[in-house]
Amino acid sequence: MIGILAQGGSGPVIPDFGGGGAGNSCVRDNGFFCWNWFQQNWSDTFQPRLIEHIELTVVALAIGFVISFAAALFAYRYKWFDFPFTTFSAFLYTIPSLALFQVLVGITGLTLATALIPLVTYTLLILFRNTLIGLQEVPDEVREAARGMGLTRRQILWRVELPLALPAILAGLQIAAVTVVSLATVAAFVYDHGLGSPIFDAINRGTFKTELIGAGGLAILLGIASYAFFAVIQRVATPWARYRRA
Amino acid sequence: MTSLDTAHDEGPSARSGASGGTAAEIVFDSVTKRYAGQEQPAVDNLSLTIGAGEICMLVGPSGAGKTTALKLINRLIDFEEGDITIDGRGVRGENVTALRRGIGYVIQQTGLFPHMTIAANIATVPRLLRWDKQRIRARIDELLELVGLEPEYAKRYPAQLSGGQRQRVGLARALAADPPVMLMDEPFGALDPITRGRLQEEFLRLHARVSKTVVFVTHDIDEAIKMGDRVCVLRQGGRLAQYDPPDVLLARPVDEFVADFVGADRGLKRLSLRRVGDLHLLPAPSARAGEDGTAARARVAEVGYETLILVDDDGRPQGMIGRDSLNGPVNASDARSIGVFGRLDMPLRDALSVMLSQAGSHLVVVDDDGRLAGLVSADLISAELAGTDASARAFDADEVPT
Ligand SMILES: Nc1ncnc2c1ncn2[C@@H]1O[C@H](COP(=O)(O)OP(=O)(O)OP(=O)(O)O)[C@@H](O)[C@H]1O
Ligand SMILES: [Mg+2]
Repeated sequence: MIGILAQGGSGPVIPDFGGGGAGNSCVRDNGFFCWNWFQQNWSDTFQPRLIEHIELTVVALAIGFVISFAAALFAYRYKWFDFPFTTFSAFLYTIPSLALFQVLVGITGLTLATALIPLVTYTLLILFRNTLIGLQEVPDEVREAARGMGLTRRQILWRVELPLALPAILAGLQIAAVTVVSLATVAAFVYDHGLGSPIFDAINRGTFKTELIGAGGLAILLGIASYAFFAVIQRVATPWARYRRA
Repeated sequence: MTSLDTAHDEGPSARSGASGGTAAEIVFDSVTKRYAGQEQPAVDNLSLTIGAGEICMLVGPSGAGKTTALKLINRLIDFEEGDITIDGRGVRGENVTALRRGIGYVIQQTGLFPHMTIAANIATVPRLLRWDKQRIRARIDELLELVGLEPEYAKRYPAQLSGGQRQRVGLARALAADPPVMLMDEPFGALDPITRGRLQEEFLRLHARVSKTVVFVTHDIDEAIKMGDRVCVLRQGGRLAQYDPPDVLLARPVDEFVADFVGADRGLKRLSLRRVGDLHLLPAPSARAGEDGTAARARVAEVGYETLILVDDDGRPQGMIGRDSLNGPVNASDARSIGVFGRLDMPLRDALSVMLSQAGSHLVVVDDDGRLAGLVSADLISAELAGTDASARAFDADEVPT
């Protein structure tokens, strides 16, 4: 395990705490948070790691959404599919992430795929359930009025049912995004990528506080930002939902 | 404003041209609908002709198959036995989406799309029919006005409207592409009595402007009588009990079931179908102030009345004077107040009610300008009911069974 952790060790160039290479007493004393050091390492460590983290999140979320969305549409049409898919995705959700990453190393190696697969699997349950419930909760009379006016099945799905399910779908994406941002730090355990890398690096070096707090703090901020992002999307994309009656 | 009546040229369905107007005749020919796994049919051997431009009210107890019968027309429910034709074309032979785009559909819960503005809701069928933007916009304005909503409602969402306003939008949406046929399933059923009454009247006014064949489901017999050209009473099991104009239904229910259904007060209900102006009013002896009282008194006596109506120079009633006070010139100071006048557009039921509350045997009726038009008596009203009952019988005899 330590061996794997060391894989992620291409962190920033920092001196051992005893030396004074950076000429910075804060770093030497492993102070709570050395702002100077953080700034010095922003452009070659934190910023690229942050971008990687965002990329990882977006890709995992996108793949998870495509799978869940297709599965939810299928389950909406063919009700029998709901139970097996829900059970399957709930089962995946229960697997401890660290264990799943570890198991996958044996199959897909220390690759991007090994990092992505668990992230994707953790989005399935919430995205599938929310999309399906959003569709199922479209009021019957709305569906009937649409049919009565001569909309085709497909038109009803795309013009009526999916727009009405959008708040539920976006709420699912919001939760899934925050989950993935958080889990993606653990993914650095198997694939040297994202904000998890400097975190593991800091731990490897005897818990270098500035690096740990800097990367961890960025991960938290990214989680909050993704939450806020979907809140804004929700507001802009579904202005009507504000007036919905209780 | 462009009139709706002229908008039919580009109606959604080819059939709009067929009848030379926007309305179409609907014929049920021995239609039976049995839901899967049910012993009793929901609609049983129903045959019925709804004339173009007529309002046909479908009534009956809950579960009698009203909604089912309605949804067979636009094929929201499929059927195998019998046929339904619209202007001679079987609904089952048509492309189902094209058929529905040519039929307005209004339901009690409105079914408005919550995520679309009122304008977008109304534009639903025109968009499906690929009308151009300008035409759709003009049509939205026109329809909002037609159903009595201010133009600024166009930008609102359904949740921002009251129940009555939503129902108006539902109506506008169903009318959008000017369909020859409208199907309405208890459209006003969820509204308070005042809003319902107002919408009923507005719908009738609107129907007079846009010629449409309307099939209207209700469980409210008063609504059926008020709105219908004909009322179709269904009994349990989807069997036709009676199909007649409201007055005939009230005057001569075919059996106990229909009599019960229309209610014990059906005589009074018939009174609300007629207005004072429909009666041949009794002549009212009248005189102006200063006229010769003796001559006036003779005129009153001639028709066997006790009182004279005092009118002003324009013929507007000012009061009434007892026969015995008519000595010498007619004197305005002898006049008593008349009380509430009857009006020509007053339903007979209201006229009778006023008469009873004033404890008088006659009601003084004025025309739209307030001038004396004549008198109504209780006898006149009951004679009218008896007379039209006879004509109802004649109507029955004339009718060729279909
Ligand atoms: N989808 C369905 N499947 C099976 N049976 C049905 C279905 N819809 C209606 N029925 C039955 O058919 C009969 C007629 O129902 P329908 O809805 O047409 O009645 P209705 O006259 O509209 O009643 P209400 O006044 O309560 O609306 C009822 O016995 C009902 O239980
Ligand atoms: Mg019904």
